[in-house]
Amino acid sequence: MRFILRRLGFYLIAFWVSITLNFLLPRFMPGDPVSRMFARNQDRMQPEQIEQLRKLLGVDDRPLWEQYFGYLHNMLTGQMGVSMSRFPAPVTEVIGSQVGWTLLLGGTALVIAAVVGNLLGILAAWRRGGAVDSALPPLLIFIGSFPYFWLAMGALYLFGVTLGWFPIRHAFSDTIGPSFSWEFVSDVGMHLVLPALTIVLVSIGGWMLGMRNTMIATNAEDYITMAEAKGLRPGRIMFRYAARNAMLPSVTAFGMSLGFVVGGALLTEVVFAYPGVGYQLLAAVQGLDYPLMQGLFLTITAAVLLANFLVDILYVRLDPRVRSN
Amino acid sequence: MTVSQTSLGSHEPVLEIKDLTVKYRGDTRSTTAVDRVSFSIGAGEIFGLAGESGCGKSTIANAIMRLLRDPAEIAGGSIRFGGRDVLALGKEELRRFRWQDVAMVFQSAMNSLNPVMTIGDQIVDIFTTHAGYSRKESLRRAAELLELVRIDPARLKSYPHQLSGGMRQRAVIAMAVALKPSLLILDEPTTALDVVVQQEIMAQIKDLQHQLGFSVLFITHDMSLMVELSHRMAVMYGGRIVETAKSRDIHTAPRHPYTQALMGAFPPLTGPRVPLTGLADGVKFSNIADLREAAPGHFVAPLPEAQAAVLQGAQS
Amino acid sequence: MTTSIANTASSLPGETLADPLTGKTPDGGTGLPPAVSVRQSNRSLLHGLLTNKKAMTGAAILFVFIALALLAPVLFPDNPSKITGMASQEPDAEYWLGTTAKGQDVLALTIHGSRSSLFVGLTVGFASTFIGILVGLASAYFGKFIDEALSLTTNVFLLLPGLPLLVILAAFLPPGLGTVILVLVVTGWAGSARVLRSQALSIRSKDFVAAAVVTGERPLRIMFGEILPNMASIVMGTLLACIIYGIGAQAGLEFLGLGDVSTVSWGNNLYWAGNEGALLTGSWWVFVPSGVCIALVAFSLALINYAVDEVTNPRLRKIRKPKSDKPKLTQADQPKPVPTGKRAAA
Repeated sequence: MRFILRRLGFYLIAFWVSITLNFLLPRFMPGDPVSRMFARNQDRMQPEQIEQLRKLLGVDDRPLWEQYFGYLHNMLTGQMGVSMSRFPAPVTEVIGSQVGWTLLLGGTALVIAAVVGNLLGILAAWRRGGAVDSALPPLLIFIGSFPYFWLAMGALYLFGVTLGWFPIRHAFSDTIGPSFSWEFVSDVGMHLVLPALTIVLVSIGGWMLGMRNTMIATNAEDYITMAEAKGLRPGRIMFRYAARNAMLPSVTAFGMSLGFVVGGALLTEVVFAYPGVGYQLLAAVQGLDYPLMQGLFLTITAAVLLANFLVDILYVRLDPRVRSN
Repeated sequence: MTVSQTSLGSHEPVLEIKDLTVKYRGDTRSTTAVDRVSFSIGAGEIFGLAGESGCGKSTIANAIMRLLRDPAEIAGGSIRFGGRDVLALGKEELRRFRWQDVAMVFQSAMNSLNPVMTIGDQIVDIFTTHAGYSRKESLRRAAELLELVRIDPARLKSYPHQLSGGMRQRAVIAMAVALKPSLLILDEPTTALDVVVQQEIMAQIKDLQHQLGFSVLFITHDMSLMVELSHRMAVMYGGRIVETAKSRDIHTAPRHPYTQALMGAFPPLTGPRVPLTGLADGVKFSNIADLREAAPGHFVAPLPEAQAAVLQGAQS
Repeated sequence: MTTSIANTASSLPGETLADPLTGKTPDGGTGLPPAVSVRQSNRSLLHGLLTNKKAMTGAAILFVFIALALLAPVLFPDNPSKITGMASQEPDAEYWLGTTAKGQDVLALTIHGSRSSLFVGLTVGFASTFIGILVGLASAYFGKFIDEALSLTTNVFLLLPGLPLLVILAAFLPPGLGTVILVLVVTGWAGSARVLRSQALSIRSKDFVAAAVVTGERPLRIMFGEILPNMASIVMGTLLACIIYGIGAQAGLEFLGLGDVSTVSWGNNLYWAGNEGALLTGSWWVFVPSGVCIALVAFSLALINYAVDEVTNPRLRKIRKPKSDKPKLTQADQPKPVPTGKRAAA
């Protein structure tokens, strides 16, 4: 319990840091974001919105500490202002419509990569020098060396443009409206294949090598020798004794990736014009939509922290040693 | 009379090791960890294997259960258990041989228990795999086992880190006797424990041996402990056996200078205080010869003239 | 963005995987060099690398790219962005890699691009590792409050999602090469700091450091003279991972149009390729070369990193090593995985 509380405290600090970072950036960076924004969005903005924006970005006359507490209060109560590029939609509304797609894409890719990668790692460590152990690591390192967006471009070009197997942009076809029909679900699935595949390809090597190396370390432990001496069946030793212990570090890694996926899929989303928070973040940057940018950053951070906290709770369930002290 | 490192044990040996050689193969050179070692253990006999760390005793233990890992391999000799050739066992036979016929208590109980499984589950694993009992039946028997080594059966639900060092080692001993094996290997079972707990554990093992009647291969560097517990013993040095005889005989009249040094290096557990003596600095034995019978049932590796002379000089 | 995959073979397995997606946690090799005879163990690391096939392959690839980067002004003296030919020409005898939609020579762009990409990658790599060393050593040496504060900062930076932070920072700062480097170092140092700290901590607890403290050596001397030399292999692994991170992250940033669009670099080449619709028009030769170059450089560094792991951690190797007696003996020298290390630190 103390462990969980400590972690919770740590995440709160991290969240506070990200809010503060958000607060400080427009105030201490060179250049004046507000005037840049005015230049672009002048004609569409109402006077009270301009006033709001001044407050948000700190170009009003209140003292700094007052601005800071005002900002903290606004963020914690979900008042993130109005989006400029999607004027006059509130930032929270814009983000709300995007988060689902990122969770779908990132979640699918992460789960597939982690499960397959870890299984391959277990297999490679168990059969040292076997086919999986000798051929896959260098191949996966090589694939993993390509930039995300480049693999995404390659997949888009090869399977989308040239072969025409999969759609090349967006999360679902324009012709079908969102509904709970089989048609729509399968359409979403088809749109998901290429972006998810890209992420899986790049990240699977990390999982596999990580698991393999931890498994190798675990296999040298006395309790594995003892399990062998006990005459247990190989499958039982491999999963219940070796992998069960080797997975503990993997779980920690899973938590961190789970959160990062929200932001990390950004590049893939951009290539496929996939309407997630990453794609939106870039659009916000290009449209000088500072409120939306900040809102997205905070949302992504919050998601990362929340995911990590959930994994901490899972970790406590998995490792009895953490539970007791 | 020259006997090739053999000691004459009881009439029907449970374990018979002949000329066992284990090598660690490297890419440039290989090291011989166990060199043409022979001994046998009779039914119900406690056989001790003594020597400093690195002399090859644990390697022998691992070789008997065929637990040696990659760079180490059995380069020659034979291991027979109850008349069967252990080195010729197939995969499935080997799996059954382990723990049903020979069980082992490892040096460190903390490291030999799976940290994320309860003690109960780790015992249950043995029963479900080897005896085919249901989980419920296995748990009942696991509780009995813990009672046998005087641990509260409620501890079945504990994880290894929740037990004290002594309790963990007793739990491991309980696991080792779960299937009533005919040979129990104890690989320095008490080195990680403090002296009081050591005594408890040894008493426990003696007790169990009385009840269940298994043979024991007892490995330690603690001579006084060994003399107390074992019927017969062998002293190893550099992968070779230098002396083997009844423990009583070695205790009263050690013949090889290395044995003499080992005896002098540990205080006796009982009796009057004596000053400790060890092997003099810089004394090393090489090219240890095959054993010769120096007295009935007492075999010693003879020293070459030159070495004996050097040793004389070093001691005076 | 490129993932630094080789970094996963580390002494802290849980921490190293931190982010397979953005390569946010650049960290290094494994294996604790023995405290005694540092120089000898470092020499044997070098020797091990020189005889390691993976390391030599990686070094050869890297060498080719460094040579190309240095020779670029000789090979293509003209401004590479200059429009020299017809638009979107397929590779032929005159333009080996074809031309872009604007009519620029792709080969010239690719070779000139290596200059900026390698420069930024190396700068970011060295800077992040340097900060990591400072933070790690200070944490380990001073301990207590300083360690608490530094590791809290490190962990917070590790948790903040890397790429979005990168994007936000780049959006607020004036565009330029300096900004790119600054932003990449800000988001990249934490990973190296964490790895180096845990390594420095374990060396700090060794007797010879305690002896140096007792004999009254100055803190700086202990940190850099006693602790640092014993971390050579892990510093090297971290450095390689940081360079991989720098090159990949720069390319990602530039691909999003957030870099310095005026320079020629692999990331910018890809940005323009995307912008000019090279994918949709089927001009594969415009986007393939720069991507392959990034991948090759990252791969070569990853190979070297992997080799460092193999050399320092015999268990990852297949070759057999002569051992004296008990197989268990050698394991005592290996750092045990510490699944809860990060947690305790936070």
